Amino acid sequence: MQIDFPHRQSAHCENGVVSNLMRFHGYHYSEPMVFGIGSGIFFSYIPFIRMGGIPVTSYRTLPGAIFKRFAKRIGMKVESKSYSSEQKAMADLDVMLEKGVPVGMLTSVYYLTYLPDAYRFHFNAHNIVVYGKEGNNYLVSDPVMETTTTISAEDLIRARFAKGVAEPKGRMYYPTQFPTEIDQKDAIWRGIKRAGFDMTEIPIFILGTKGMKYLASRLQKWPERLGDRKAIQYLGNVVRMQEEIGTGGAGFRFLYAAFLDEASSIVGNKELYDLSKELTASGDRLRDFAYYAGRVCKSRKTDVLSFAELADILRECAEREDKIFRRLHQLAKDNI
Amino acid sequence: MSRSRRCNRVAHFSLSLRTVKEEEVPQDDANMLQGKFRKLYYATDGSAHYKGVGSVGWEPENVVLEQAWEDIRERVAEAKEKVLAGEASPVLYHMERTLMTPDILAGHIGWPAFVVRLHLRPFFFGRLGRKTLEKYAYAFQISLEELTDITKIK
Repeated sequence: MQIDFPHRQSAHCENGVVSNLMRFHGYHYSEPMVFGIGSGIFFSYIPFIRMGGIPVTSYRTLPGAIFKRFAKRIGMKVESKSYSSEQKAMADLDVMLEKGVPVGMLTSVYYLTYLPDAYRFHFNAHNIVVYGKEGNNYLVSDPVMETTTTISAEDLIRARFAKGVAEPKGRMYYPTQFPTEIDQKDAIWRGIKRAGFDMTEIPIFILGTKGMKYLASRLQKWPERLGDRKAIQYLGNVVRMQEEIGTGGAGFRFLYAAFLDEASSIVGNKELYDLSKELTASGDRLRDFAYYAGRVCKSRKTDVLSFAELADILRECAEREDKIFRRLHQLAKDNI
Repeated sequence: MSRSRRCNRVAHFSLSLRTVKEEEVPQDDANMLQGKFRKLYYATDGSAHYKGVGSVGWEPENVVLEQAWEDIRERVAEAKEKVLAGEASPVLYHMERTLMTPDILAGHIGWPAFVVRLHLRPFFFGRLGRKTLEKYAYAFQISLEELTDITKIK
């Protein structure tokens, strides 16, 4: 059965899938809105977990958390299944498509042949929507793409059953029950409250704005601790996490600013708009960081713009974001 | 150098880097996206509200992405030499080629990662049965001959 799926491009895959699925079911939530209500913004630098020998840096919450929180705050129910059998997983998918229900699923980027080669790493938490089947090909709405696309059944099986860290295990999900009445304002404030808490209040030094400061202090010592080659590799990874597809620029900061911008007119709070401006300014500074870090990486010498100077930019951003999210947290608490 | 002076130097650099405005979203094409699509950035329009804008890339990102691939190519070349010299099994080469790690491969063949590490040596690889070899071949998306015949590695 052919479903008319309202595909729209988004910066980040998880928001995009939620936004597109909601639009299919007749609810209009823009990507920034989903990101904000789902409290997607975060920062963590986890030196003891490594991927490919490089410490993990992340500008967002855990994969899956945005959808979960969004569903909770809107009050909708989501059916989510994972499989141990490939045949069962694909058969269930076909049944859902037959019923005319588009299905969100977790895949590994490496096996999605329609994506540009340069981006195909083993990243197991990419979300796509499958909304139809044509012969041996599945019709795919991948939120990072401008248009819908197709993928062969073999590739889709590989992508759904990729191995390694956080295996997708054929996980697929679809909303089953929608609320009759949605309290938009409450959902927005709760989303902001959680984001404010995550960024400033968690008493662990590697999370939130504290994590940014910690990364700055570590980054400063990379050249002498690790040598030029490794230091640049590490730095390159931080920039990649900040600027690659899916971040909307400046490690999700612009995306969140877009949310605050939109939210301010919905809840009728002017201060949110001002804070959005401030977050934009702080995001600009993060882009400066990426710009200079890119130059350091390009020249392959660690002394072009010293790591200490890069660390200072990062510290400045941490300071600014700390102020912004403390204020947001307080505002949200006053308004719930 | 004191921190404030360092900050000044940085500030002095950061002219014309503002990227918030719609028309200033970077468009540095390095063919990373192979023309398949433009990625979405969020930027402010004339009325200072946000909107999505397509971009073909930004130079710093292209640089670090290219750097990551260069590292990978280096590792693949190294692995190839080792395999052709008989110091490692073809599994090492194909593992590097497909960007995998022993942990990912372990998931595919159903053995712990340390067993996969053993299979990276020619001695243990030579003793593998057809069934395990087929699992490796499936994981690497190649045929059994392509896996076992090291002259095919070029």
